[in-house]
Amino acid sequence: MPAVSKGDGMRGLAVFISDIRNCKSKEAEIKRINKELANIRSKFKGDKALDGYSKKKYVCKLLFIFLLGHDIDFGHMEAVNLLSSNKYTEKQIGYLFISVLVNSNSELIRLINNGIKNDLSSRNPTFMCLALHCIANVGSREMAEAFAGEIPRILVAGDTMDSVKQSAALCLLRLYKTSPDLVLMGEWTSRVVHLLNDQHMGVVTAAISLITCLSQKNPDEFKTCVSLAVSRLSRIVSSASTDLQDYTYYFVPAPWLSCKLLRLLQCYPPPEDGAVKGRLVECLETILNKAQEPPKSKKVQHSNAKNAILFEAIALIIHYDSEPNLLVRACNQLGQFLQHRETNLRYLALESMCTLASSEFSHEAVKTHIETVINALKTERDVSVRQRAADLLYAMCDRSNAKQIVAEMLSYLETADYSIREEMVLKVAILAEKYAVDYSWYVDTILNLIRIAGDYVSEEVWYRVIQIVINRDDVQGYAAKTVFEALQAPACHENMVKVGGYILGEFGNLIAGDPRSSPLVQFNLLHSKFHLCSVPTRALLLSAYIKFINLFPETKSTIQEVLRSDSQIRNSDVELQQRAVEYLKLSSIASTDVLATVLEEMPPFPERESSILAKLKKKKGPGAVSSTEQEDGKREGGELNGGGERGADSTIAASNASTPSPSADLLGLRSSGPVSAAPPSAGSLLVDVFSEAGPAAPAAAVNDDGFLSSAPPSVVSEDPAPPMPQSDELLHKFVCKSNGVLFENQLLQIGVKSEYRQNLGRMYLFYGNKTSVQFVSFSTSVTYTGELQSHIHELSLNVQTKPVEPLVEGGAQVQQVINIECLTDFSDAPLLNIKFRYGGALQNLTLKLPVTVNKFFQPTEMVSHDFFQRWKQLSQPQQEAQKIFKASHGMDKEVLKGKRIMENFVCAGVIQTKAQQVGCLLRLEPNAQAQMYRLTLRSSKDTVSKRLCDLLAEQF
Amino acid sequence: ARACRSDSRREDFSRTPMMQFMLLFSRQGKLRLQKWYVPLSDKEKKKITRELVQTVLARKPKMCSFLEWRDLKIVYKRYASLYFCCAIEDQDNELITLEIIHRYVELLDKYFGSVCELDIIFNFEKAYFILDEFLLGGEAQETSKKNVLKAIEQADLLQEVCCSLPSSLGGVARCHERQDVSTARSSQTE
Repeated sequence: MPAVSKGDGMRGLAVFISDIRNCKSKEAEIKRINKELANIRSKFKGDKALDGYSKKKYVCKLLFIFLLGHDIDFGHMEAVNLLSSNKYTEKQIGYLFISVLVNSNSELIRLINNGIKNDLSSRNPTFMCLALHCIANVGSREMAEAFAGEIPRILVAGDTMDSVKQSAALCLLRLYKTSPDLVLMGEWTSRVVHLLNDQHMGVVTAAISLITCLSQKNPDEFKTCVSLAVSRLSRIVSSASTDLQDYTYYFVPAPWLSCKLLRLLQCYPPPEDGAVKGRLVECLETILNKAQEPPKSKKVQHSNAKNAILFEAIALIIHYDSEPNLLVRACNQLGQFLQHRETNLRYLALESMCTLASSEFSHEAVKTHIETVINALKTERDVSVRQRAADLLYAMCDRSNAKQIVAEMLSYLETADYSIREEMVLKVAILAEKYAVDYSWYVDTILNLIRIAGDYVSEEVWYRVIQIVINRDDVQGYAAKTVFEALQAPACHENMVKVGGYILGEFGNLIAGDPRSSPLVQFNLLHSKFHLCSVPTRALLLSAYIKFINLFPETKSTIQEVLRSDSQIRNSDVELQQRAVEYLKLSSIASTDVLATVLEEMPPFPERESSILAKLKKKKGPGAVSSTEQEDGKREGGELNGGGERGADSTIAASNASTPSPSADLLGLRSSGPVSAAPPSAGSLLVDVFSEAGPAAPAAAVNDDGFLSSAPPSVVSEDPAPPMPQSDELLHKFVCKSNGVLFENQLLQIGVKSEYRQNLGRMYLFYGNKTSVQFVSFSTSVTYTGELQSHIHELSLNVQTKPVEPLVEGGAQVQQVINIECLTDFSDAPLLNIKFRYGGALQNLTLKLPVTVNKFFQPTEMVSHDFFQRWKQLSQPQQEAQKIFKASHGMDKEVLKGKRIMENFVCAGVIQTKAQQVGCLLRLEPNAQAQMYRLTLRSSKDTVSKRLCDLLAEQF
Repeated sequence: ARACRSDSRREDFSRTPMMQFMLLFSRQGKLRLQKWYVPLSDKEKKKITRELVQTVLARKPKMCSFLEWRDLKIVYKRYASLYFCCAIEDQDNELITLEIIHRYVELLDKYFGSVCELDIIFNFEKAYFILDEFLLGGEAQETSKKNVLKAIEQADLLQEVCCSLPSSLGGVARCHERQDVSTARSSQTE
């Protein structure tokens, strides 16, 4: 019997399909379709009512046209009409059309729902199934609203036919997935669980999908399903291959149901009931045992079904992660699959082993397969399998095999598919860093990485190697030597030039003793690459050159020559031109000392999470880096980084902060370094150099007679300590300075960086742990003292601090931001209290926060005539404050002598507070003979005059 | 990728992954059947189809039947001139999906008697009905071959005998093209 005769043939449809297939061209096909569409349209619009058969035929033709990829914009109504036909085949076609073509078109949905409703209540199981299929296929919210209450009743009703139950279960699942809020739990839920015990295997197969989904969202309500699932699984696993009749598939009993049962169990932790657990372990062992038995059939279907269950069982074993014996057995089984002739099995074994590698129980067992996996990486013909092998190598890597794995991955990179190179590069970089015991190996690896796959080496990777070289002084010489050699290659990747420029600029002096890498040779080598590089790299090279001038004075003239050339100093790129001009000027104006300070070696980078790891996480999504891996990172991360550990829960944001600016800027990089390096930004380089020449030098000399003597740990209480005796002196250092070291003793260094605009200020405090031991319970607080609070009910300053991390690792530095708003003028500085435990002993010290009223001073320009006029206006005695004092720093006689007219200095400005602006005028009259000054302040507010006078008198 | 820690189980439906869609297409890239279990726009469906057909057709015979595509896994198998291609989620079981495909082919084969591509072209609605009996909402509903076919045959019995058997027209076309369409039983990858 010809197959087509099955069901009801529609002759017109067959003819139409043949016509379409006979079309010789796309145009002919479209023509034929348009003809048919016109025909159908006229039939639907015609006066003569169509009989059910014609309607069905035309709707079916429309469906065919739609499935060919053409748009259909009519016929929906006719399809809906077919739903109410009581002829099954017409109804069936109507439902099919709707399932395929209807997207929640609200107008129609109401009519469709009506048809569905009638069929659901028809008590005709075939009609009910059609209606349920339609709901499951469309699954729109409107349908959920209409039927989410009805379907559970159908599902658990005693008299519902099995086939209807099956459809109802999956239909409800679909509605629950689209609109969980509309499917209400209720009395039916407990009865659904018991469908696991149903006689009919088909009902169990369908119901278990629903139960799994529901118990995932409501684990407690459904937890009885665990024991039911275990006993069902146990019965299936122990059944003979013929027991289950038609549910046995190629000699495997109920493979679909078994997989679903094992999947359901993965929603729960291991069963607490010992008997249930014992039974389950038995099942899992049986499944593992069966994998060793000779196959009952040579058909691939047999082995696929059997192994599908096996892999699902292994997934459950990994999910429990508590049965070492089963984990190791699973691993051995997968190990056999690694060499199976079926590509599919090799692929799945590699994939599954990846997760086994992260379990402490099976990590070692996975490692034994390293040779096989490496071989797979080399020989598999399918890239997706090779990708799995690379993933597994990454997952199984630890200190013992890191060198081998990294070497293999590197050599694979040379031929790796483009699609996976970037990820491979990140992985190699991470492994090399994580397991580096000797840093020369690390440097070699990363430089190899750049050589082999330079295009795929992202910024994070080469930033990271520089951070590590800077932080590890034992590797700097080697890094300089290696990168110098690497740059010898006639064609080297631009990333290599970047790393080379940076490292030679910092550490070129370490290899300069060798005549083969003398300063000039180094410079010429770098400069030979200059013209082939992009602008950011050239900018970086220019910075390297100025660093060379500092490192090797003998290169100065050569480099100045280069900087002076038109191609630099008149470069059309603003950044390059500016650098050339500034560096040229800097090198010719600044003294050697200034140059040495400005171009000092990079300070160590604060240790944070590896930016590469963050990148890989971002690339692979949050789940990609397993939690164990992150813990590993914490555990192992320390050693590369000079004893500093990675921040405990450093976030991607934190690592971004440590990622240098993308302008690949040597000086820009500094901004993430400690403040004591006085980072001049590239743009304002000269200004900073001359206005704050050597700010670090005097600041570094802060008294070192630490608080240990003044506040020995034994007497320290939890209350904030009183301000330290020297705190006033420290404060005065900052009256005219915004950056520098506020405080330093044997344990702690506190750096300050601040900026003010009008009545607002922002201060960055950098707490540096000078020891190699971590500070715990580190906390800081800012309080106001006496006068600040005594201003009746109003504060003079609004100070907001952000809390700091309670742990400061040895050698690390934490930053705190303080926002300050000046509400009204004030005299006393707020107090900064710092508490932490060092080796168990509480340390408690209080300093004055270097905020003084003059910080909110804004200069005003005024001609002398105006000045004296205003001066006279502020003539009331309380508006003036005057001090006569001896010059403490000596007077610059040259200045005074040369210009007699400048016998006094005046200035004018406005103190900006939120409440008011206070105009201030100042007069400083030196008396050179007596080495005395007279400082007079006049302002509209007496307190301001007095405070400013006190503050400024200390400065001369 | 398969194991997923228990702490994530409350967050989404990741533990109950399901089939996202199934596509049947010919070696020439002609789509023969499409079944979508997730709501997508027509435009998106066409884009996915185009991309996947291209990707799968480009693969060599001995390659693995699974591939990662976007954030899904594709499981595919070729039967004679037709590719059966399913998209499943990350945690889903690849091998059992492969056997879902095979069971569907068996069902078609049994129903049509040595199914070939033309059967599916001329009786596409039947192919959909059989699929709905077997898979619903992306999950296996009834895995027994007997039960599925029984349901379909019962439905066929419900039809009226209002129309004659199709003429030789379809038959001619079938003979014409049978040569390049071998049957499901000689499935290639075995």
